[in-house]
Amino acid sequence: MTDMADLKEVMGSIFRERRGQRGELIGLLQAVQAKLGYLPAEAMMAIARFARVPESQVFGVASFYAQFRFTPVGRKRVMVCQGTACHVRGAPKILEEVERRLGIKPGETTPDMEHSLDTVACIGACALAPTLMINKETHGKLTQKKVTELFQKNDGTGGD
Amino acid sequence: MAPAERLTLHVCQGTGCVSSRSPQIQAALEKEIVQSGISDRAGVKLTGCHGFCQRGPIVIVEPEGIFYSEVKPEDAVEIVRSHLVDGKPVERLFYIDPISGKPVPRYQDIMFYKKQHRVILRNCGHIDPEKIDDYIASGGYKAIRKALLEMKPQQIIDEVKKAGLRGRGGAGFPTGQKWDFCRQAPGNKKYIICNADEGDPGAFMDRSLLEADPHSVIEGMVIAAFAIGANEGYIYVRAEYPLAVQRVGMAIRQATERGYLGKNILGSGIDLDIHVKEGAGAFVCGEETALMMSIEGRRGMPRPRPPFPAQSGLWGKPTIINNVKSLATVPVIIDRGAGWFGSIGTPKSKGTVVFALTGQMANCGLVEVPLGTTLRETIFTIGGGLLGDRKFKAVQTGGPSGGCIPESLLDTPVDYDSLNAAGTIMGSGGMVVMDDRTCMVDIARYFINFTTLESCGKCVPCRQGTRQMLDVLTDITEGRGKPGDIELLEELGQGIKDGSLCGLGQTAPNPVLSTIRYFRDEYDAHIKQGRCPAIACKALIEYQVDLQKCAACGLCKRACPAEAIGWEKKKPATIDQAKCIKCGSCLSACPKKFGAIVVSSPGIPEVA
Repeated sequence: MTDMADLKEVMGSIFRERRGQRGELIGLLQAVQAKLGYLPAEAMMAIARFARVPESQVFGVASFYAQFRFTPVGRKRVMVCQGTACHVRGAPKILEEVERRLGIKPGETTPDMEHSLDTVACIGACALAPTLMINKETHGKLTQKKVTELFQKNDGTGGD
Repeated sequence: MAPAERLTLHVCQGTGCVSSRSPQIQAALEKEIVQSGISDRAGVKLTGCHGFCQRGPIVIVEPEGIFYSEVKPEDAVEIVRSHLVDGKPVERLFYIDPISGKPVPRYQDIMFYKKQHRVILRNCGHIDPEKIDDYIASGGYKAIRKALLEMKPQQIIDEVKKAGLRGRGGAGFPTGQKWDFCRQAPGNKKYIICNADEGDPGAFMDRSLLEADPHSVIEGMVIAAFAIGANEGYIYVRAEYPLAVQRVGMAIRQATERGYLGKNILGSGIDLDIHVKEGAGAFVCGEETALMMSIEGRRGMPRPRPPFPAQSGLWGKPTIINNVKSLATVPVIIDRGAGWFGSIGTPKSKGTVVFALTGQMANCGLVEVPLGTTLRETIFTIGGGLLGDRKFKAVQTGGPSGGCIPESLLDTPVDYDSLNAAGTIMGSGGMVVMDDRTCMVDIARYFINFTTLESCGKCVPCRQGTRQMLDVLTDITEGRGKPGDIELLEELGQGIKDGSLCGLGQTAPNPVLSTIRYFRDEYDAHIKQGRCPAIACKALIEYQVDLQKCAACGLCKRACPAEAIGWEKKKPATIDQAKCIKCGSCLSACPKKFGAIVVSSPGIPEVA
């Protein structure tokens, strides 16, 4: 969990660049998540005070958009694309393989906090279907075998 | 230095090519050029997406037009030494035509490019999107001068009207007419918004355009702002497109420095500031009223229209929301005239359209064709037909709002009206081709699952109706279909269409209704015979070992995660159906030369 003093510092640095207006709400949430990986309740309460929006509405907005998470994420965020092109080219099997390799379902994080697994609607790399992303890196033209290799490599060395 | 002889290596750095290491290729090429001592007559240039993503990373040598596909960083040395130094192109990196099987050295001769008509994508792949001078050198920011310094707002609107430009976001509303409404709306404060919330799964042309040619969109926005009287603008772009966000930000900064944005643009007295807003992952925000809610920092839930955004939009002010491609088209219309633009396409649908051609295609990527081009030409001539020897079954357009078109309608000319008549929509341009392995009921279920998750929840028919449809479709694909299910789906679909406020709900049943219309027999096979003709629905298929073909190698046993395979040395493998989770691991593990794992759906002949 985030230390309260750290959190204050993070929030302070984010607030300094903004004016505290309602229109900034989504940008504020995105900035916090970019720094912490998720949205702790304390951060959302601080945003509510700063943007002068009720806490309920801050949570309402945060829970509406798929991008936001309320629990900590692993160091490597795995996002398996579920777009149409990927679906037609076997995305369901790719997702199952990733689930088996990591031992978690979408929305979950491995106990060692190494990997989080999510599905995304489309990452827009359809010509390379099926695809997945690990943090900001896109991997395309996947097969079950490639997925196995991808996570063996990642698991053993802890490299990229 | 002799400029005429100078060779430039265009290295594609769109999202697709970047994912297959094109930045490393660029670095390796630059290094090798220096080491070979030919910096005076050769250079490397970063470009945006060339559109042929499946064959990426792509490197084109200009002005010769030699096209290298699937390049690796390790190939850099050979490209520089053999091609640039010795004048011998590297043949092994040539593109192979899927129909003739022959290598095609120049990109102008590749069918995928040859048959395209690039208006919207005019600069993509040719200019460096991170350099404003490159855009200007290719004729950019010329239209802005003409529009702001020589034309009146009404003249611009009339020109766009005369050109017959219709919204490229999918609905096809006449752009000029929309601008006219906004221009006439009272008030001093107006907004121009670029809708880059490209949420349709299977579509990526807006991303590519923003990554490859961001200035064309900015130029279009300035012209639109001048026409409607707006002085503030937003580009609302998906957060899932980090590279597009980065390039647009860079382009805005450069355009402001050069006086194409900001205060008193080009001395015309016109002001425009553009902000970038990142979407947060809600499909419904592509709908214009929801998009504005999102910019205001609220849940992206659509509201009834009227009032239309052109009268009362963002923060209650008159607002125009145009798609990325519509805006990128505006400078060309101003520059080359409505007459020229109107000569492309059909009388009711003018200009060109960009499709993201994906799915089971030989050539996946972005293609731009005149409106009115048939589906057959786009898929088979430009797209090179299907992968391998697979049989065409359907093409899906319009994403979750569209439908599946069968083979019998392949000669349909693609325009807004003909696609509507076929039960689908143009949409923003996703075109997903499906072969005989794709189950149409599963596809319908896939899309309804998507809209169920993405429904904002405001209208009950959409929120609850899509869920009911999903339940029925899940039952059918899992072998629990009942007589009357098809009729129930049709009834629910009509109810959702009639009872929803926004485009998401009004079109959500299209994928189901169109597959029922054209592929009813597949629904029947699932419901009445418990079989999936495409051998795709997990609950209705079986994996078995062909005892004649099994070489008893045991690879399948090692691959099986469910311990469902029995095998002993020198004995063929067996699959315990009770334990089998139908993951397909055995099928991909079984060496192709044996092909001993057979998948079937009971009641039909075995297909590997």
